[in-house]
Amino acid sequence: MLPEVVEQNPTAVAIHQQFPEAIKKAEIATGELQLTVAAEQIVPLCRFLKESAGFNRLSGITGVDWWPQAPRFEVVYFLHSLQNNARLRLVVRLAENEEIDSVFHVWRSANWYEREVFDLFGIPFRNHPSLDRIMMPVDWVGHPLRKDYPTHGHKYSYRDEE
Amino acid sequence: MKEGNSTVASLDAEHELHTEDPSGIDQVGETPGGPRRMVLNMGPQHPSTHGVLRILLELDGETIIRARPDIGFLHTGIEKQCEALRYQQVIPLTDRVDYLANLSNNLCYSLAVERMLGLEIPPMAQWMRVMLVELTRIASHLVWLGTHALDIGAMSVYFYCFREREEILKVFEMFSGQRMMTSYIRIGGLALEPPRGWHKAVANLTVRLAKAINEYEGLLSANPIWMQRTKGVGFLDLDIMIDIGVTGPMLRAAGLKVDARKDCPYSSYEKFDFDIPTRTGNDVYSRYEVRIEEMRQSVRIVKQTLDGMPSGDWQADAPGILLPDREKMKTQMESLIYHFKIVTEGFRVPAGSVYQVIESPRGELGYYVVSDGTANPHRVFMRTPSFANLQSCGAMLEGIPIADSIAALGSMDFILGDVDR
Repeated sequence: MLPEVVEQNPTAVAIHQQFPEAIKKAEIATGELQLTVAAEQIVPLCRFLKESAGFNRLSGITGVDWWPQAPRFEVVYFLHSLQNNARLRLVVRLAENEEIDSVFHVWRSANWYEREVFDLFGIPFRNHPSLDRIMMPVDWVGHPLRKDYPTHGHKYSYRDEE
Repeated sequence: MKEGNSTVASLDAEHELHTEDPSGIDQVGETPGGPRRMVLNMGPQHPSTHGVLRILLELDGETIIRARPDIGFLHTGIEKQCEALRYQQVIPLTDRVDYLANLSNNLCYSLAVERMLGLEIPPMAQWMRVMLVELTRIASHLVWLGTHALDIGAMSVYFYCFREREEILKVFEMFSGQRMMTSYIRIGGLALEPPRGWHKAVANLTVRLAKAINEYEGLLSANPIWMQRTKGVGFLDLDIMIDIGVTGPMLRAAGLKVDARKDCPYSSYEKFDFDIPTRTGNDVYSRYEVRIEEMRQSVRIVKQTLDGMPSGDWQADAPGILLPDREKMKTQMESLIYHFKIVTEGFRVPAGSVYQVIESPRGELGYYVVSDGTANPHRVFMRTPSFANLQSCGAMLEGIPIADSIAALGSMDFILGDVDR
């Protein structure tokens, strides 16, 4: 069942009807509908949102690290519907080393965003066309945006290393 | 340094652009793509990539078969740094993300945090923000026009554009003491009271800009060389652009009327009368026309702010968040205590998350701020327009000659600070 504050929202109702087990939490987070969904359902859910609910744009994907809470990661998807002028946030909660399917085949803009989340958080995306590091150099060790990675890096200077 | 199997983000399935030697020109001759193909490195130091961008081009003669952008050279960990600072201290970092449209980034972040705090910004501060952000839009488009024309070969346009931009920077200096990294739009309002004489300075500026924009059009719009080099160049299907996540003038030049100032108005934009220019050409020339027209509309908005600027406070009424007036701080105990608390501990933002969208000169700029109830942001994600726009590079550059690729890249108007953060 959807909480009262969300029951009026047609998108949330439509998702709830199609994927009754997928929505774990629904809330209006500072003026925007935010749904916490199950990781296994992310690709069919996104495909449904793109084709039937009109969310033809993926604005971005990012991660949030809640270490030392468990499960530690959140992956947040920002969806945008051009024809309805509506926005939606999907949140997936993942444990460390847990994989999630890539939504590249739903929206191509997921490509670089998922690479960035993989690079900076270490969350692997299955079925991504080229999951390489994008911001950090390709041989970097560690994932900088994690909370257990120090703000200024592990070394004082990386200048004179091989 | 070893690089793994890198793949190109091109239209259909992925291909492999073999780059065992990432430092320069690959084998000429027996590349995997065939005997005539050469892999050329464009960047990261290149006058036309507008920043430290590296694009690997697989060429057949002068035609680009595949292009793969490689970013991350300007990655300075701004988002990581934000987590170590207080909310108000993040503002100067946001200046430097999109370093040609500083006030836009300031505004987006401030609006996001103000939404979480539930602050109400007085109308004068809102109108002042609109005026400054529109001047920033003009300044950013002037740099774009100057450098874009310079790349294509029209070198004198650069000087004309920077001449006008100098006047805009003088106005910014008048307001904040800083020409570019102004940090003038802060959480709760503005950083300082607007200076005496600002009205006259901005009014003179609008007159000058209106004339100057006509001058730029006179130099380029009907210029046969310009038209030959930009018409029909840089085409990318609108549906593909939307799917790749492109926003901003590139979509408007393909006919889609989408602009965050009209779709989800912020900072009292709904009170202003302006148009969203669109064209249908979907090429470099249309993008040029759209941006010229956007400059005109920005001048129109600035004129409206000059005519109707409300009087009042330039900061919200929030003693626990905004530093008190200096004289009050020296004489009143309450103000002193507030000042002390804000400076030493910072203000706390209630736990939650917000995604604030504005229309920066490059497209949809969004800040996703997550708070855990403390005085430091838990996560600040900057959804920058240039990151998504540059993703379309691989698709746009396929099959076109190198000379056209320079024009096409320029028309995207990306900024590497925006891309890499």
